[in-house]
Amino acid sequence: MTAVVHGDDEHAHHPFLQHQFEDLGQQHEASILGMWMFLSTEILFFGGVLCAYWIYRVMYPQAWVLGGEQQNTLAGGINTIVLIISSLTMALAVRNAQLGSRRATVAMLIATLFFGSVFLGVKGFEYTMHWREGLFPGVHFTWHEVPELAPKVQLFMVFYWGLTGLHALHMVIGVGLLLWMIWRAWRGHFGPEYYGPVEVMGLYWHFVDIVWIFLFPFLYLIPHFGVHHG
Amino acid sequence: MMLTDFPLFPEQASTVAHQVDALYIMLTIVTGLAIVYRRRPDNELDQEEEAPKALEIAWIVIPFIFFMATFVWGSWLYFELARVPDNALDVYATGKQWMWKFQHPSGQREINELHVPVNRPIRVTMASEDVIHSLFFPYFRTKADVLPNRYRTLWFQATKTGRFHIFCAEYCGTLHSGMIGWVEVMEPTDYQKWLAGGTEGSLASQGEKLFQKYACATCHTNDATARGPVLLGLFGKTVTLSDNKTVVADENYIRESILNPQAKLVQGFGPIMPTFQGQVSEEDLLKLLAYIKSLTPPPKG
Amino acid sequence: MTSVTYHDVRFLEPAKTRNYLNVDYGAFSWLFTKDHKRIGILYMFSISIMFILGGFFAMMMRLELLTPEGDLLTSDTYNKFFTLHGIIMIFFFLIPSIPAVLGNFILPIQLGAKDLAFPKLNLLSWYLYMIGAFVGLLVIILGGVDTGWTFYTPFSTQYSNMHVFGTTFGAFIVGFSSILTGLNFIVTIHRMRAPGLTWFRLPLFVWAMYATSLVQLLATPVLAITLVMLMIERVVHVGIFDPALGGDPLLYQHMFWFYSHPAVYIMILPAMGVASEVVAAFTRKKIFGYKFVAFSSLAIAFLGFLVWAHHMFVAGISVYSAMIFSFLSYFVAVPSAIKVFNWTATLYKGSVSWQTPMLYILGFIGLFTMGGVTGLFLAALGLDVHVTDTYFVVAHFHYIMVGGAVMAYFAGIHYWWPKITGRMYPEWWARLSALLVFAGFNLTFFPQFVLGYVGMPRRYHAYAPEFQVLNVMSTAGASILALGYALPLAYLLWSLRFGRKAGVNPWGAVGLEWTTNSPPPKDNFHETPVVTWDAYDYPAMLKAMGETQNV
Repeated sequence: MTAVVHGDDEHAHHPFLQHQFEDLGQQHEASILGMWMFLSTEILFFGGVLCAYWIYRVMYPQAWVLGGEQQNTLAGGINTIVLIISSLTMALAVRNAQLGSRRATVAMLIATLFFGSVFLGVKGFEYTMHWREGLFPGVHFTWHEVPELAPKVQLFMVFYWGLTGLHALHMVIGVGLLLWMIWRAWRGHFGPEYYGPVEVMGLYWHFVDIVWIFLFPFLYLIPHFGVHHG
Repeated sequence: MMLTDFPLFPEQASTVAHQVDALYIMLTIVTGLAIVYRRRPDNELDQEEEAPKALEIAWIVIPFIFFMATFVWGSWLYFELARVPDNALDVYATGKQWMWKFQHPSGQREINELHVPVNRPIRVTMASEDVIHSLFFPYFRTKADVLPNRYRTLWFQATKTGRFHIFCAEYCGTLHSGMIGWVEVMEPTDYQKWLAGGTEGSLASQGEKLFQKYACATCHTNDATARGPVLLGLFGKTVTLSDNKTVVADENYIRESILNPQAKLVQGFGPIMPTFQGQVSEEDLLKLLAYIKSLTPPPKG
Repeated sequence: MTSVTYHDVRFLEPAKTRNYLNVDYGAFSWLFTKDHKRIGILYMFSISIMFILGGFFAMMMRLELLTPEGDLLTSDTYNKFFTLHGIIMIFFFLIPSIPAVLGNFILPIQLGAKDLAFPKLNLLSWYLYMIGAFVGLLVIILGGVDTGWTFYTPFSTQYSNMHVFGTTFGAFIVGFSSILTGLNFIVTIHRMRAPGLTWFRLPLFVWAMYATSLVQLLATPVLAITLVMLMIERVVHVGIFDPALGGDPLLYQHMFWFYSHPAVYIMILPAMGVASEVVAAFTRKKIFGYKFVAFSSLAIAFLGFLVWAHHMFVAGISVYSAMIFSFLSYFVAVPSAIKVFNWTATLYKGSVSWQTPMLYILGFIGLFTMGGVTGLFLAALGLDVHVTDTYFVVAHFHYIMVGGAVMAYFAGIHYWWPKITGRMYPEWWARLSALLVFAGFNLTFFPQFVLGYVGMPRRYHAYAPEFQVLNVMSTAGASILALGYALPLAYLLWSLRFGRKAGVNPWGAVGLEWTTNSPPPKDNFHETPVVTWDAYDYPAMLKAMGETQNV
């Protein structure tokens, strides 16, 4: 989707045109490309830790299965569905912003905010349970069902907390951005010729969803992948 | 300070030294020639023209052929450095902040000194007790990083007697530059005399004592029905694991099986052996290894 | 829109108009500026302090190494000094040097843009840099760090009792500054080019910065996450890289070098860009083989991602993977060789004017080539076993990073100084400093090649007596080098007040930055320029000038 761009004069003084750009079209394309570039950095960021995850998974398959068995698959499954729905509402928010329908944009953004918050709530519940069960790595780690494998299961839990924590941090940032977008949409900032921020926000939100789509099977569903038990 | 204190090359004291130096000298000479006789693109270039394709491609292809020749030569040498001759004499090394400890199969132990015979390949099997170190013999032109989680080997064959540097080449903390020592390369007869000075018994026999001390023999009897696999003649054999994969029982396999027995379970045996991680020192591990290596079945007939 | 072309403006006197320096005054106008030019100056100021600090630690090390005994500093102090020297020079000086100073200042002007695409993000980058540098340097006051700039595990996670966390956290934050700068440049190059400025009309500096930005964007996050894992391991005491708990210390090395090898290209690609600009300007010629040079930047950026394990040939990787990494390392040499060839071909039979930027670039070409060729020595596996982790490697990467990147940074500073400040630097002093730097550099680092081959390991506080002669030579060279680097600090500051007024285009160079005032106005151009000529179109310019004179 590209912006509808009219002649120079008409938009030279659009309130949201930043001075370094010639017109809104250029501004829009720059912000979209900027977000894509940012996401490519993010892929490598998550990619680095996933690479380490994968290497140890190959080295310690049994520990990874045991680690996966500690996860609450139901909670993870609910969160997966919640996030997919939030992606839909996010896409609808972008569409409505583009169409200039203020109320619908705000409604869809609030819906996205709601589902995002549900995700974080469920995640917080899971974290609490893990903490109580002694599944937080370090001195508090008290899981010893298979003492021989405890250090490796702890390693799995390092990746579990690290990856989901990093993802949750992105969600929290996303929620903050959503609040800002809701305020801007409410003020009527967006319309057919200026909706870049909502679209950029959407790209970010979809990316964070996709990361989860990878994390869910990697962390929760390993026992179901038919890894050979020793 | 005299001009004699101004070395360009370290002494060539091993079989590979002159080969490494030859590659180095070749590269240096080619670099020198390239500087002196660098191609002058005289009449071929016109002021405002784009580069003639042929010239540009020649500039890519000719150096590349040279690069590939260097690559082949360098890799060939690297293989030479990695391939330990069959008749090599074993020496075991442990790196520890900040000293080198050496153990000989005959039982001698030394710190920051290594006695070896001349003209005989020496294989050094080594591990670290703490951080990463690197065992560097500049006069033998070889080095290898010493890791805390597995054995690595390097080999050399000294070609002259004398005392030669040992350095630690991987930064390892406060006294990194003090983690140095000497190789004492001796005539075989002197070496035999030196060996005779040992009192503690051979490394394998020391390992046998540890084998008793840790009660390994309770399960690892040489009986096929015992709770632990038979160790007699194990070293160097191929072992089938519980997941049907196979491994060669080399130094690293034995090390891992002592420290982390569940990692590679032998087919037909349960995960009952406790871990010895953190309980056996690197030096004791090497003794156990020497003992297990010494367990060869008696020749038949 | 009217088009401004180089031959109209070359003879224009700068009008006494407002420029980016006098448009407003006061600390706040600088600290909250969104002007890419001012942010470039902020970076220049910050990294100069870092350069002096890093240079101080280097000088102390060289003084310690005058004698074989460790008599000037204690072992721990020496170890802290080389660690801080490395961290400061790499993360806080070299990585931001050309991109954040010259790239920030010049790139948007070369594109005919008013600013970078995201000016606020640009300012945020500088603040991240300052916070990261502050956190990283806090450890100096708190007692230092002794892991070496490579933070190898398990030393850094389990054994060092110094401030590893603070330092890595600082490097982590500075990494984001670098990522955001790269992102900003890529978007700017894609979306902010002036009308008519097609990809193949772009100055080669822009191509180089584009390739650099890609590396910043794609390599830096891997370092960031690696440092996060290191910090987690150190704080929570779990075994991500600790062998005692099932971790693998070699995995750390793989991940570290996956960034830190491409990081070399973050330093050297911009330097190559500066070289192309300066060579064209001082020979009055088109760069020979423009497209080869442009694409070789991208090739280097790409191949740079495939060779990280050549830092690990003795670390414990398999013989076959070592062969693959050795093989690929030779491929990186090809695009670099293309560039060197094209610069020398451009220089050949050109009417070269031997001004300071050109002197620095000649030094750059020579020293970079030397660094590259010795890289081939290191890529040869069997030879690498002997020389890796010795002073041979130290000499090799200083030839690339100091002889290459720092020489080019000084060339760029001198070349664009008139544009940045509106003043000329004193030519005689500048030439003297260029010669001192070149001579001092070679005397410092050439003996280290020999020293390494003879067998002196790096990071040694005390050494065997037979290494002393070469070490004394190296320290003597370092003193000359220090003097060479101190001179510009003095005369560049002097020139701010007493330097001759530069005019629009003191070098008679082509390129959009030479069509606007010196210093440029706040938005760079009074009117958006329209580009109708190729990069380095010196032949056309010379022709146009000839016609002007004939009239």
